[in-house]
Amino acid sequence: MRETKYWIWHLAAGVLILFLLGLHMAIMHLDSLFGAWGLNPSGGEAIAWNNVVARSRMAAMIVVYIALLGAALYHGFYGLRTIVFELGIGPALQKAVTVGLWTAGLCLFVLGAIAAIAAGRL
Amino acid sequence: MPETSLSNRTIDVYIRRYNPERDARPRWQRFTLAVARGMTVLDGLHRIREEQDPTVVFRYSCRMSVCGSCAMLINGRPALACNTQIADVASERLTLAPLPNFDIIKDLVPDLAPLFQKHRAVQPYIQRADMEEVEKPTGEFYQSPKELERYLQFAYCIKCGSCMAGCPTLAADPEYPGPMPLAQAYRYSADSRDSGFDERKVQAGASHGVFRCHYAGECSNVCPKGVDPARALQLMKRELVLDYLRLRRKRCPASVLRVPGEARRNPDVPAPPPYTV
Amino acid sequence: MASSTKHYPNRLGIVGWLLGGRWGLERYMYTLHRVTGLGILFYFVLHILVTSTRALGAEWWEGAMVRVGHPIFKIGEFLVFAAFVIHGLNGIRLIAIELGWAVGKAEEPVYPYRSSLHVQRPVLIGVMIVAAVFLALGGWDFLQVTH
Ligand code: HEM
Ligand code: SF4
Ligand code: FES
Repeated sequence: MRETKYWIWHLAAGVLILFLLGLHMAIMHLDSLFGAWGLNPSGGEAIAWNNVVARSRMAAMIVVYIALLGAALYHGFYGLRTIVFELGIGPALQKAVTVGLWTAGLCLFVLGAIAAIAAGRL
Repeated sequence: MPETSLSNRTIDVYIRRYNPERDARPRWQRFTLAVARGMTVLDGLHRIREEQDPTVVFRYSCRMSVCGSCAMLINGRPALACNTQIADVASERLTLAPLPNFDIIKDLVPDLAPLFQKHRAVQPYIQRADMEEVEKPTGEFYQSPKELERYLQFAYCIKCGSCMAGCPTLAADPEYPGPMPLAQAYRYSADSRDSGFDERKVQAGASHGVFRCHYAGECSNVCPKGVDPARALQLMKRELVLDYLRLRRKRCPASVLRVPGEARRNPDVPAPPPYTV
Repeated sequence: MASSTKHYPNRLGIVGWLLGGRWGLERYMYTLHRVTGLGILFYFVLHILVTSTRALGAEWWEGAMVRVGHPIFKIGEFLVFAAFVIHGLNGIRLIAIELGWAVGKAEEPVYPYRSSLHVQRPVLIGVMIVAAVFLALGGWDFLQVTH
């Protein structure tokens, strides 16, 4: 039954990513459009330092980034686990893969979350 | 009527040969075959055996697409030898090989034992609390035509293994039950007479269960009986998800439909023979 | 099994993921979904590492941005965008299929068989058209930026 749970979250995360990553890409690449909304207050490129800091001070953007980070890590690593399991590896390796991916995923999540919060406090 | 059965067209037939006592690995052997009108691949194999090489081994029984013994790779695609006309698939060259994803026993004969084991593991039979009624029936279970339709398509499966040979997940993962057994898990769970879903969901929802299907769709492309295992597997996923979310409608398995007491047999209709099982 | 003669193993193995089957469009979408998923995942891990430099201040961030400003990364970014479009749209199709919405009901098989593949095929075609539109728009934007 556990697999059913994992898989439902995999799908749910996919749907969430669709919206959040779409938003993220639009902000980063359609800068002319979004500058007006205060997402690129300093004008110019979306990746200019001042814009990055300004977005990092917005609570909504921090929430979006952390939600996207968590959803995409879960979705991607579950997908990777699926693929590795389908190689027909034995149960001991399966366990190791699950533990390894959880560890890597949590480390990346902590790193990304710290960056999302810290950049706004500089 | 003139003799029309033999055309003068001959084709090359390449057969994948493997003799476990002599060969380290399978090899191709070429035969030439005069193709007769209406000749099936199974007919062609018989002709080769009779006229050219009596050691060619293949498996068949019913020669009419009911037993599921004769599935093989015909020009690279799983199909029933008895159900495939040579003229439909080959004009010059026909290749015959055993179904992949199964061990080869000899020549064109795959070892289907794992398929049957996996089939058995999904409990492909009606399960209910009152098993005495199933073993020693006192009447028939009620089932409407609509309820029949929910699973009938999947009940046409003849366990030929074609779908298993086309499945990419099964190509690498021996733990995956495969399209046939999982389709049968759905077939019984969708049966209004059954209440065994809670048992079957353990295999179907396992980590190598139905969620390892990614809808590559080849099982449904090759199934010679139109069973559409891919559909059954997606419907099984749906049941598992609904069950997990506690949205699956619990239904009592169908009750016995008793013959009304006052009914009298029409004297022109003979009584049925006694039960044999 | 009980038999004493050896059987020849005939599992296609990982080669079968790519080369086995291939009789239908959906089989190619299976491969494409897998390749795009892995591609995005690879980029995503790198992306987390690179963008985390913003926690260290302006110099680190700008240094990282200069390094990934190389045209090779721009092309890579476009490929990731393409993978996202394909994977995301096809993902919607897969969700609709896997929750049983787009495969139709069981029906009596009548030759020539019409399977669930035919039921979902319009969705697949729709996905491909929408993906093509997005890719064209994205490609146009990409060319504008690089020139
Ligand atoms: C845009 C929104 C996305 C949607 C709607 C989506 C949807 C899906 C779905 C439904 C599956 C399951 C396919 C199946 O069961 O066969 C899947 C698999 C997968 N996804 Fe996503 N996905 C999205 C974004 C992503 C992202 C951002 C990543 C990378 C971080 C990713 C990586 C993967 C991987 C590696 C798989 C496994 C592929 C496989 O098993 O063949 N996906 N995706
Ligand atoms: S589902 Fe079709 S292809 Fe698969 S075993 Fe049954 S009859 Fe053969
Ligand atoms: S011989 Fe029985 S299915 Fe072909």
